Amino acid sequence: MESKTLNKPSSSDGLKRIDGHLKVTGGARYSAEFNVAGLTYGVLVGSTITHGTIKSIDTRKAAAAPGVLAVITHLNCPKVPGYQTTTPSAKGPLKIFFDNKILYNGQPVALVIANTFERALYASSLVTALYSAEKHHTKLTDNLSKAFSPHDDNEYKRGVPDAWKAAPVKLEQEYLLPSEVHNSMEPHAIIARWDADDKITVWDKTQGVKDTQNSIAQTFKIPVENVQVNSKFVGGAFGNALQVWPHEFAAIIGAKVVKRPVKLILSRADMFTSVGYRPHTWQKIGIGATVDGKLVGISHQAVGQTSAYEDFAEGPADVSRQLYACPNVSTSNKIVSLNVGSPVWMRGPGPATGTFALESAIDELSYALKIDPIELRMRNYAETDPESGKPFSGKFLNEAYKLGADNIGWSNRSPKPGSVKKDGWLVGYGMSGGVFGADREPATVRATMMADGMLVLQTAVSDIGPGTGTAMVSIASETMGIPTGKIRFDMGDSSLPPAPQQGGSTITSSVGSAVYLACNDLKEKFHQLTGDNGNQPDYIQILKQHNLQKLEVTTASKAGAEVDKYAMYSWSVHFVVVHVNPATGVVKLDKVTCVADSGRIISPKTARSQIIGGAIMGIGMALMEEAVIDHRYGRVVNGNLADYHVPVNADIPQIEALFVNKPDFNINPIGAKGMGEIALIGMAAAVANAVYNATGKRVRNLPITPDKLV
Amino acid sequence: MASKNSSNESEKDVKILDGTRRDFLKQSTLLTAIALTPAPLVRAAENGWDEKIAAVYEKVPLNIEVNGVKHQLSVEPRATLLDLLREQLDLTGTKKGCDHGQCGACTVHVDGHRINSCLTLGVMVSGKKITTIEGLAKGDQLHPMQEAFLKHDGFQCGYCTPGQIMSAVACIREGHANSETEIREYMSGNICRCGAYPNIVNAIQEVKDGGQTV
Ligand code: FES
Ligand code: FES
Repeated sequence: MESKTLNKPSSSDGLKRIDGHLKVTGGARYSAEFNVAGLTYGVLVGSTITHGTIKSIDTRKAAAAPGVLAVITHLNCPKVPGYQTTTPSAKGPLKIFFDNKILYNGQPVALVIANTFERALYASSLVTALYSAEKHHTKLTDNLSKAFSPHDDNEYKRGVPDAWKAAPVKLEQEYLLPSEVHNSMEPHAIIARWDADDKITVWDKTQGVKDTQNSIAQTFKIPVENVQVNSKFVGGAFGNALQVWPHEFAAIIGAKVVKRPVKLILSRADMFTSVGYRPHTWQKIGIGATVDGKLVGISHQAVGQTSAYEDFAEGPADVSRQLYACPNVSTSNKIVSLNVGSPVWMRGPGPATGTFALESAIDELSYALKIDPIELRMRNYAETDPESGKPFSGKFLNEAYKLGADNIGWSNRSPKPGSVKKDGWLVGYGMSGGVFGADREPATVRATMMADGMLVLQTAVSDIGPGTGTAMVSIASETMGIPTGKIRFDMGDSSLPPAPQQGGSTITSSVGSAVYLACNDLKEKFHQLTGDNGNQPDYIQILKQHNLQKLEVTTASKAGAEVDKYAMYSWSVHFVVVHVNPATGVVKLDKVTCVADSGRIISPKTARSQIIGGAIMGIGMALMEEAVIDHRYGRVVNGNLADYHVPVNADIPQIEALFVNKPDFNINPIGAKGMGEIALIGMAAAVANAVYNATGKRVRNLPITPDKLV
Repeated sequence: MASKNSSNESEKDVKILDGTRRDFLKQSTLLTAIALTPAPLVRAAENGWDEKIAAVYEKVPLNIEVNGVKHQLSVEPRATLLDLLREQLDLTGTKKGCDHGQCGACTVHVDGHRINSCLTLGVMVSGKKITTIEGLAKGDQLHPMQEAFLKHDGFQCGYCTPGQIMSAVACIREGHANSETEIREYMSGNICRCGAYPNIVNAIQEVKDGGQTV
C-alpha cells in the first residue's frame, strides 16, 4: 500500500465516520438502550465500611416496597458455579454476593430488582446492613514499606545498576501520581436475559465481546456458544471495559432469580469504585549523565496501589528500559495491597505514569546540564532497542521531534525559567516523548461480496470510539477498489469471527491486517473465477455470470516471524506552551502540538481526533484529575463529575496533530501501528516541564493545581 | 449505588423516613383521593398494604409534546424527564452520563431552551414542547449542526454527542457563539471524555458563520 503524505490533517479532512450519522441523530444504541420485552431494573447497594464483615443485612422493607421483585445478598444469592472452584484464599476478581467479607468502601452488598428504575432506586435506599468493621489501610504513602513484586519479571537490571550515582551530573527525585478514573461518559451498563437455563444474551459495555463471552461462560459453566454478547456502540471506556466486572455478574444472577431480563446501570459514583482506575503510584528516579549530556545510568522504582483481592501491576518503570540509549539501568515495579477497589488498565497504562517521572527527570537534567531538552534527547537517541538490542521495526522519533519543534516555535523558548511574561502571565515551553509497544494480535475477518456489489466485513471487535469501522472500511475500499459507501462493517457481536479486545492500541494493526488479507483473498477468489489476474474485477458482473448470490472468504491472521526479529513501538512527542498567572497559579494552555510516529495513517480524520482526545485526557492528568479518598473512612469523596475535574471545552485550545506517517511494514502488511495510548503518554510531563519553564517551579506531584504554584 | 448507613442510629432514621413517607401518602395522596376511594382500599392501607395500593395513586397525568408528537402519559412525580424519555418513550438518543446535572449528556430543548433533563422532573414540563436529538433533523435532512459535527468529527464514541449538538444549537440561538472563546465558555457544561472539544468548536463556528437559521 502506498503511503499518503497527509501529515497535518484539519478537522474537515478525510472520510467521515461510517457510524457518524447514527451518532448525530441519536440512532446509535448503547448497551442500556435496548427495548427488551419484560425488562426489570437493578440497583446496587454499596457497603458503608471499608474493611470488615457484614453482621446482618435487613432487606425486608426493600422487598416489601412497591414493584420490587427480588433483593439479592450473599445470604440468598444462588451459587455461581465459577465462584466455587478456586481455593478460597486465592486472589482474583471480586466475587459478588459470595460471602460476608468487605474489602473496600462501596463494595456491592445487595442488588434490588424492581419493575421500574424509580422503584428499584427507592427500594435500594431501604436496605440496611450492620457491619463489624476492622482497621482499614487506604493510604499508599503510609504503606510503601509493604510493597512487593507480584511477578518475577518486575525487577530488571542492565549494566551496573547504581552507575548513575557516580555520574558527574546527577539528580534523584520522587514523583507522586494520584488515582485517575476513566470516567467514560457512558456509565457501565448491562442488560442480561436468560433465554434458557444454560443460554443467555447480554447487551453489555465491553471492549471485547469475545472475552466477555468466555468470561460469562466460564463463570456460569455454560457452553461458550450459548452466550451471546452484543456491544454495538460503546460510549468510551479507555480501559474500564477490558474485564468483566462484578456488577455484570450481579445482573446475570439477578436475571436468573427474577426470570426476567435485568438492566443494571452503574451510577457515576459507582464508576469511581467498581470498574477500575489508574492506580495511585509513587516513583523514584535516579539519573546521571556526563557533562556533555550522555546518560550514564537510570534507576527507576515504582510502587502502585492495588486492592486486597487482586495483584494488579501496570509496570510504569519499564519505560526507563526502552526510551534512551543508556548502558546502566535498573527498574522495579512493586505494588501495595490496600482496602480499595482493584485498579485496571487506563489509557497508556504503565508508560503514562512512567513517562511523567522519566521525562520530568530528563527535563530537569537538561537544565542542570544547560543543554536544550530536545538536544539532550537526541544525544541519547536509541538507534536500536536498548533492552533487546534488536533493530526497531520502524522508528522516526527524531523526525517527530523536529516536526513538533517547528510547529510550536520551539526556538522562541527561553532556557531561563520564569524569564518570559506576556500580558502579566508567565510563559513557558515544555515537551516530552512517549512510547508504547506496538502489538499485532490474531484476528479473523469474514468478507462477503453480495450480488448487489455490497461488501460485508464481519468480525467480533468492539469500537469504544476511535472509529474502527471507518478505518476498516478505508482499508477495504482501497484493497477491493470499491467506494466506501459500498462497504458495511459488522462488529460488536460475539457470534462473529474472533477479534481481540480493543485495548493496547492493537486494533488497526490486528483487525486492519485481517481486513486487508481477507479482501485480498476475496479478490483472488474472483480472479480464480475469471482466470484474469490483472484487472480490477467487476464483482457484480462476475457473480451474475456464475449465477452466485455471494462470494465469501474467512481469513485468519496473526503476527509473523518479524516479532522475533524487531522491537516494535509507536512513538509520540508532545509540545505545549503554557501561560501561568503569577498571582493565582492558574495554568492556561496556549498552544498544544502532538506528533505521532505510528506508521502509516489509515484514516486521517479519526486518527487526528484520537490524538487530540488522548492529548486532552493527558492535560486532565497534568492539571486536574485526582480521585480523593478520605482516609479516615476509606471512602472516595469526589466520586462525581463536579468534584472530580476532567477537562471541559474552556480548558482546551486548538490542538495540532501531526503525523510522521511513514509505514512500518515490518509489523504488518498495512504499515499501521496503534496510537490510542501514545496520544496521552508523555503529555503530563510536557505540561509539567512547560510550567517549570514558565515559573521555575518543578511540580512532581500531580495534578498541578494552582495551590502548588503560589 | 445507593448507600445506606448501617449503624443502629440510622436504622432508626430509616424508620422515621419510611414513616414520614407513609404518613405523607396517607395524608396527601390517599386522603385527598379518599372521596373517590372505595372503603376496602382504605382498609387495605390500614392493613399495611398501603405501599402497593398507593403506587396506583402515585401516578399523575402528564401531557407533553415531544418532537412534535403529543403524548398523554401517566407518570410518577419522581420520574425525571430524562428517564421518562429513555425508559417510557424509548427515545434513547438523550443520554445519561451522571444523573446529577454535571455533564450535559442529557441536554434537550424545552420550548426552545436547553436544559438538563436529568435535573428536570417530567411533571415540570407539563404542556411544554420538548425537542430531543431525534427531533432535530427534518426527515432525512440533517440539521446544519448535525452536518457540521459529521464534517468536523465533533465526537468519537458519540455518547456525549446528542447533548453537545442540542447545546450547540442553543448556544448559537442564545447569541453566545461570537468567538472561539465564547463558544468554549458556553459549551463547558457539556463534557466530552473522548476530547472532541476543538472539533466541536470548529463545527459550531462553521454553522454560525454559515448564517443558517438554527
Ligand atoms: S446526565 Fe444530566 S447532566 Fe449528566
Ligand atoms: S464523543 Fe465520547 S464522550 Fe464525547
